[in-house]
Amino acid sequence: MNIVVCIKQVPDTETQIKIASDGKSIETDDIKWVMNPYDEFGVEEALVLQKEKGAEVTVVGAGPQRVTEALRTALAMGADKAVLIEDDDFYGADPITVAKVLAKAIEPLNPDIIFFGQRAVDDDSGVVGSAVAEFLDMPQLSVVTKVEVGDGTVQAHRPVEGATLVLESTLPCVITAQKGLNEPRYASLPGIMKAKKKPLEVISLADLGVERDDKLEIVALNPPPERAPGKQVEGETGQEIAINLVKLLREEAKVI
Amino acid sequence: MAGVWVIAEHRDGEFRKVTFEAASAAKKVAEEMGAEVTAVVLGKGLEAACADLGKYGVNKVLYAEDDAFEVYLVNAYAGALAGLISEGQPEVVLLPASMQGKELGGRLAAKLDTSIAVDCTKLAVEDGRLKATRPIYAGKVYADVLIKSSPQIASLRPNVFDADEVGGEAVVETVSVTPGEIKTKQIEVLKEAEGKIDLTEATIIVSGGRGMKDADNFSIIEALAAELGAAVGASRSAVDAGWRPHSDQVGQTGKVVTPNMYIACGISGAIQHLAGMGSSKLIVAINKDPDAPIHTKADYSCVADLFDVVPAMTEEVKKLD
Repeated sequence: MNIVVCIKQVPDTETQIKIASDGKSIETDDIKWVMNPYDEFGVEEALVLQKEKGAEVTVVGAGPQRVTEALRTALAMGADKAVLIEDDDFYGADPITVAKVLAKAIEPLNPDIIFFGQRAVDDDSGVVGSAVAEFLDMPQLSVVTKVEVGDGTVQAHRPVEGATLVLESTLPCVITAQKGLNEPRYASLPGIMKAKKKPLEVISLADLGVERDDKLEIVALNPPPERAPGKQVEGETGQEIAINLVKLLREEAKVI
Repeated sequence: MAGVWVIAEHRDGEFRKVTFEAASAAKKVAEEMGAEVTAVVLGKGLEAACADLGKYGVNKVLYAEDDAFEVYLVNAYAGALAGLISEGQPEVVLLPASMQGKELGGRLAAKLDTSIAVDCTKLAVEDGRLKATRPIYAGKVYADVLIKSSPQIASLRPNVFDADEVGGEAVVETVSVTPGEIKTKQIEVLKEAEGKIDLTEATIIVSGGRGMKDADNFSIIEALAAELGAAVGASRSAVDAGWRPHSDQVGQTGKVVTPNMYIACGISGAIQHLAGMGSSKLIVAINKDPDAPIHTKADYSCVADLFDVVPAMTEEVKKLD
């Protein structure tokens, strides 16, 4: 069984995002880059299958050289090998372009399952998994919290608004991981040492025969809309504050 | 003529509110483009309900009935929709950024060799093209985006666009379309507790954080939420402590929410949490620490012990008619 996990390297969620002087991109100088938190659930699930089914786990990432760090983290967790599609100008690419590139790189690996995080916490699109499934003509199980691999099939739990769907797909299949799927392991010290010797192949867009053809264009980035200054609800006791608050919500804000 | 299409979403034989929101948004876009609004409904036994979409500004409904459309499955829907869109050539396609729409949108964009603006909070028309605004980094930054190919696809964040009843009745045209090849089946639906409201679609959310101290104390949050008809949310620390399920988490690694009112109880306001709830229309903070960052985001700040304020608030709300 072959498993691929796609990994994006994103700014740590603690990061204060600053808009760059071009008004269309972000300042990347002081950013601490980490593996997208949702991708960690994908790596962990793949490693469970590596142990249970003897699956080989390949992690794939795209972007500048720094993305190697995220791939090495996955190797240190226990993945077998890594592929970096190196391109200095890839951060912020159209997610459909990203999917096209990933699909090209993944296809020769002949995967039974391709894991993604359900979305990257930077551009918040969550479409790359869907688009890769389309480009590789595979079914998909999206945003799942439980995975059970059977013989040629896979079942998953997909929470939607007000319910959880139990779905079954044929393999090969794309699966996107939601928080709750598992508890990702930390890389151990021996794991980190071993990761340095694991194969990490570096390829380019040209190697894949893909040209950038982005259709989604960012024309401007803006800070979030300013909020009007708030007011402190008055009262000597918690009860008084509660009474005044409910009054304000009723009479001033008119929300209840 | 350029058309604006809306992909309708339904469950258990009824259109969902996000469909009406998308239809209303489509109406505004269509007016600026000088176009008409067409809703596409894939379903079973929904023909009678289709004309009602006219109330929200839809001019025409393309209705395709098939057993395969009764329950949404991404392959069946994406294949059928791509066929209809290739034939009808709309300039803009809008769909809800619900769990369904988020999955379907990416697949559809890939199939149609175009792109998609996901989870948009604002739409405008400039020089005849759609300009969509979408929060990124969980709302730390807002991006204005264009799609340079056709159709221009955008999914719309629930509870942001108003569902305006403008009156009217849509013309319903029955069409025949082949579902995409189905490689996934739905085995079972596990329903949540009766009446549980999803965070992404809730109009009011009462949320608890580390200040709740333990899982049992969430009963006071639940009591207030029940009185307000609200959903219950939680900060990451409350979820990581095991007090609440993952599905309740609000923030950059949880759900990004836009309710009419967000009541944060015992939540300090980590940057990831503020990102996830910062676009709520009204924010109430209840936290005894006057320096907690959540107070800087709040419209109404209560610097007091939540264990005094929350139960008293529940009692006050009960007194309202």
